[in-house]
Amino acid sequence: MKLRELAHSRTGDKGNIANISVIAYRAEDYPVLVKNVTAERVKDYFSEIFEGEVVRYELPLLGAMNFVLYDALGGGVTRSLALDKHGKSLSSALLDMEIS
Amino acid sequence: MGNETSIRIGSGAGYSGDRVEPAIDLAQRGRLQYLVFECLAERTIALAQQQKAKDPTRGYDPMLEDRMRAILPVCHGNKTKIITNMGAANPLGAMERTAAIAEELGIKGMKIAAVMGDDVLEALKQDTHSLLESGQPLASLGHTIISANAYLGAHPLVEALQGGADIVITGRVADPVLFTAPLIYEFGWDMDDFKLMGQGVVLGHLLECAGHLTGGYFADPGYKEVPDLHRLGFPMAEVSADGSFTLSKLDGSGGVLNLATCKEQLLYEIHDPAAYYTPDVIADFSSVILQEAGKDRVAVTGGNGIPKSGKLKVSVGYTDGYMGEGQISYGGPGAEARARLALKIIEKRLQAYKNEYEEIRYDLIGANSLYGEKISTGNPYELRVRVAARTSKREAARRIGNEVEALYTNGPSGGGGALKSLQEIVAIQSVLIDGQLAETRVHYKVT
Repeated sequence: MKLRELAHSRTGDKGNIANISVIAYRAEDYPVLVKNVTAERVKDYFSEIFEGEVVRYELPLLGAMNFVLYDALGGGVTRSLALDKHGKSLSSALLDMEIS
Repeated sequence: MGNETSIRIGSGAGYSGDRVEPAIDLAQRGRLQYLVFECLAERTIALAQQQKAKDPTRGYDPMLEDRMRAILPVCHGNKTKIITNMGAANPLGAMERTAAIAEELGIKGMKIAAVMGDDVLEALKQDTHSLLESGQPLASLGHTIISANAYLGAHPLVEALQGGADIVITGRVADPVLFTAPLIYEFGWDMDDFKLMGQGVVLGHLLECAGHLTGGYFADPGYKEVPDLHRLGFPMAEVSADGSFTLSKLDGSGGVLNLATCKEQLLYEIHDPAAYYTPDVIADFSSVILQEAGKDRVAVTGGNGIPKSGKLKVSVGYTDGYMGEGQISYGGPGAEARARLALKIIEKRLQAYKNEYEEIRYDLIGANSLYGEKISTGNPYELRVRVAARTSKREAARRIGNEVEALYTNGPSGGGGALKSLQEIVAIQSVLIDGQLAETRVHYKVT
C-alpha cells in the first residue's frame, strides 16, 4: 500500500533545511506510520537528491510526525539552482512510498 | 487594558502578493478587533533594502498601497485595528504613505505607528559574529552585505498599542508576534508567563499563512477535497484570556477548516515541535490539542513554552553573484532522446568555461527536475530542457540562456519555446545577537 492511502503531508523550508510533515488521516493508523516511515527510510528515499541527515519527531497527540531534512535544498531558497527551490514538491513524492 | 474576555483576530494575508478580497470580507463580516497582514518572507527585506537604497521613500511592501486603499475605510468604520509587517525595510515610509492614503480617503483621527529597531546593520559592525549556516565569520561576506534585520519580539508592538495606535506597521519581527502583541495588550498578559506566550505562538503560527489554514495549499482531488478554492476564505480566531481559542472562517466563503488543515499548518516550517524558537518564548507545539467544534471550526488548547534564549535571530542579506538560466521544450516521439542530446550539447559547450561557474545544473522538466531519476517514472510526451548556473560573473550567467537559445539552429530537431533569464542573487544567512543590540522605538502619525 502507498503512504498516500493513510496520510497527508506538507513541506516547509527554512534556509537550507526542509521539513516534511506526515499526518495520519485516522488516529488508529498512526502506529503503522511510525513503524513504516522511519528517518532512515526517508533519507534513503531521497538519497539521490540530497545527502544530509534526517531527524524524525513524533507527535502522538496529533497522530503526526515531522521529518527535518538537513542540507536538503541546494544551498537554500535564496541561492539554489533547483526549479523547486523550496522543496515544496517533496511531500507529494514521499506519499508515494510503499508501506505495509 | 487587561479586562477583555475574548478577542477576535483575523488573518488578512499569508504573503506579500496574496489575494486582497478575503481580507476585505473578513474586515466587513468578521466582527474583528484586529486584522493582521503577514507579508514579509525571509529574503524580501533584503530586496526591499536594495529598493530603499535607490529611493529612500520606498523599501516598504509593494502591495501596501493597494491593500491600505482597500482595507482602511472598512477597518476604520468597524474599529478594527491593523497590524502588519508591510513596513519591510522602511516602516517610517510605510507609515507616511498610509497616512497620506487615509487623508486622501477622508479618514480623520487615525493613529498610525511605525515600529523601528530591527535594522541592526550598524550594530553588527561593532561585534564579531559567526554565520549559522556556513560557520564563517560575518566579516567573510565583506562588502556584499545589503541588510541585517533582527526578528523582534512583541514588546515594541505592545508599546504601540498602548500608545493608542489603530495601525501598527513593522519591519522584521518574528511572524507570530503580529498575533501575540494584541493578546498581551488586551488581556494584560505577563510576558514571563511562558505557557500563555507559548499558546499565543501556536495561534500566531496557525494564522500567519492565512489561506493555508482554510484549505489553501491542501487540496488533493480524490483524497483531500476543498470546495470553492477560487474564492477561498481566510481564517480568524476568537481568543480567550486564558489563551484558548477557536479557529473559524466566514460562512459562505470557500475552503475548509478542519483538524487536517490545522495539523498541516501547525507543522509547517518547524523543526523540533517541542522547541519552536521565538524572541519571547521557546514554544512547545507537541502538547497542542485540536478539537473539532462544528463545521469549519476547530478549538485549540494545550500550547506550552519555556523561557526564551535572550538571543535574537538576524537575517543577513548579501549579494552572491548571478544566476543564468535557459529553457527549451521538446515533444512527440523521441522527445526524451532529443532533450537529453540537447543537454549533452550544452554541457560540452560549457566545458571550456567550467572554472567560471560555481555550480551548473541540468534538468529535464517533466522527467527529473523535482526528484532526480530514481523516484521519477513514466514516459512524458513533452519535456523541457533547463540549464541553470551560479557564477560571480554577469557575462558568464548570460551565456547560459544564450547557449540554450542557440539550440534553435544548432541543436536537435523540434526544440521550441526557448526562454532565458539572468538575475543577481540576493542570498540570506543568519547570525544570533544579544537581544539588547536591537534598540526598538515607536513613531506615530495621526491623520
